[in-house]
Amino acid sequence: MKYLHDFTIVNNERQTDDFVVLTLQYDGALPRMMPGQFAEVKVDHTPTAYLRRPLSIHDVNYEQNQIKLLIQEVGDGTRTLCALPAGSRLNLMYPLGKGYDLPNSDKVLLVGGGCGVAPLLFLGRHLKQHGITPRFLIGARTASALVRLDAYRELGEVLVTTEDGSMGQKGFVIHHPVMRTDSPDFDWIYTCGPDAMMKALAKYARHRDITCQVSLENRMACGFGACLCCVTPTQDGHKCTCVDGPVFDSKYLQW
Amino acid sequence: MVDLSVKLGNITLKNPVMTASGTFGYGEEYADFIDIDALGGIVVKGTTLHPRQGNPYPRMAETPMGMLNAVGLQNKGVDGFIDDIYPRICHFNTAIFVNVSGSTIEEYVETAAKINELEHIPGIELNISCPNVKEGGMAFGTSCPSAVAVTKAVRDVYKKHLMVKLSPNVTDVTEIAKGVEGAGADSVSLINTLLGMAINAKTRRPELSTITGGLSGPCVKPVALRMVWQVSKSVKIPVVGMGGISSAEDAIEFLLAGASAIQIGTANFVDPKITVKVIEGISEYLQVNNINSARELTGALITD
Ligand SMILES: Cc1cc2nc3c(=O)[nH]c(=O)nc-3n(C[C@H](O)[C@H](O)[C@H](O)COP(=O)(O)OP(=O)(O)OC[C@H]3O[C@@H](n4cnc5c(N)ncnc54)[C@H](O)[C@@H]3O)c2cc1C
Ligand SMILES: Cc1cc2nc3c(=O)[nH]c(=O)nc-3n(C[C@H](O)[C@H](O)[C@H](O)COP(=O)(O)O)c2cc1C
Ligand code: FES
Repeated sequence: MKYLHDFTIVNNERQTDDFVVLTLQYDGALPRMMPGQFAEVKVDHTPTAYLRRPLSIHDVNYEQNQIKLLIQEVGDGTRTLCALPAGSRLNLMYPLGKGYDLPNSDKVLLVGGGCGVAPLLFLGRHLKQHGITPRFLIGARTASALVRLDAYRELGEVLVTTEDGSMGQKGFVIHHPVMRTDSPDFDWIYTCGPDAMMKALAKYARHRDITCQVSLENRMACGFGACLCCVTPTQDGHKCTCVDGPVFDSKYLQW
Repeated sequence: MVDLSVKLGNITLKNPVMTASGTFGYGEEYADFIDIDALGGIVVKGTTLHPRQGNPYPRMAETPMGMLNAVGLQNKGVDGFIDDIYPRICHFNTAIFVNVSGSTIEEYVETAAKINELEHIPGIELNISCPNVKEGGMAFGTSCPSAVAVTKAVRDVYKKHLMVKLSPNVTDVTEIAKGVEGAGADSVSLINTLLGMAINAKTRRPELSTITGGLSGPCVKPVALRMVWQVSKSVKIPVVGMGGISSAEDAIEFLLAGASAIQIGTANFVDPKITVKVIEGISEYLQVNNINSARELTGALITD
């Protein structure tokens, strides 16, 4: 079941130059959500953004009926959302899509880059509730572009790579020592981020018989299977990222 | 109580609000948000004789107050529709139209003939205006002789309501409207998407895999309204208007321009409840203005 609910922004916390966390309050009971699922957020008052914007569920607090969104400013729509002050109303269509599966192992690595770190916090919390301690590997351009590391550290170990070496290991996530071994100490990878990063991880996993679940950020018009704009090629032909994904087993994709 | 019902030839719709093909899936996708039975009618996804994978990603680019799409008629084919989808949706208590497309006249005819057998489908919308497929599609809708030929051929095998969907990508839309009327169409619907293009200056690449695509949404409304007005003055069969409708006021404007019913497309993505809001808004407008029936709005534009 998907819902259209009006939320109130109770907090707008700027993280970095281009990242903001919005805390949204609903005045009823929240529906159950799965990590990896997303919301289509209505953006009012912009000159160009007509369609809703897909954003991952970053965190959920069922006791307080609050959702957090982690938003990177890349264009008009996200800039408008990031500028909304506390007290503003926001309409969400949610929860949408198919999220991450629970692993068949307790040795998992959660790999994020850019705004792709967003769903991994909710996922980490969910895994922890199922007795699995998450380990994160987060990549960024530079140290100042890393967001909410403390929140991730509360759940488990956090490994970092930066392209300029200003924090953690220098390079891309795939170059981190944890990936550099012939017998890695994890057998399940969850990832969300730039396609190039996820493709590298998928290739890595394929060579070692590790499960790799990737979350795609294809352009969407509706978000719920009505328009067929968001397809990705799979073993069964074109599948909608919004209803059959956004999370896919990398082996199912034609990567 | 105002009377919202309208007539499209031999079909009576509960109200003038329908959904546009390719934007409403098969109706089921919207069932969490609205009561499908409240709608005047729905037009389901473009259906072809054989299954189609559609165009490669990216298929969509947003543009100011609208979007370009290049879906390219991805669908399971008419047999897939009849076997898998029809049994799931035939219980909807609304007029279900199947949007029929093809690459050759024979494909249109064969598809229409199969749909003719479906009890709960009172009509088809013949899509001779899809800009997103290489062969067929818009090629039929932009030349009068071929629009007439495909309409005639389908008319011979299709016994129920035959609506023909017109392309705006022509010099004179009234010529084709008159042509398909003469060839036996029961109604015409317009507009399909306007051929457009978007370029990303940063990457110097087109935004769509097909380079060009179909423009829809509020930005096309003035063009659509003009064409509906022109066509409604030039044919006697009912006209179904669409293009950018996203409020009751927009819908009423199309009725005033001469449409007997309207379809809502892209606006469903932004507000999946828009159709029922438009129905309520039309009802309110009739009450406030002391008009008894939605039918009285059709063509009621004051031009003196
Ligand atoms: C399932 C899903 C979950 C997402 N979760 C998050 C999230 O949690 N946090 C977050 O910050 N972002 C997330 N995104 C991406 C976000 O939806 C886009 O960044 C946003 O729609 C851009 O809107 P805009 O108006 O700001 O930019 P636009 O003006 O629309 O675009 C600005 C630039 O960004 C590019 N762009 C736009 N959309 C995308 C996209 N989907 N993928 C890649 N490039 C794009 C455009 O090509 C353009 O160059 C998610 C996307 C999907 C599909
Ligand atoms: C994603 C998308 C897919 C579409 N697919 C079809 C289709 O299969 N057949 C068709 O006749 N029209 C199709 N259309 C066109 C619409 O039915 C409608 O004519 C057009 O979008 C204008 O209306 P709107 O501005 O309200 O969306 C599609 C439009 C969109 C946006
Ligand atoms: S975004 Fe419309 S079907 Fe996926």
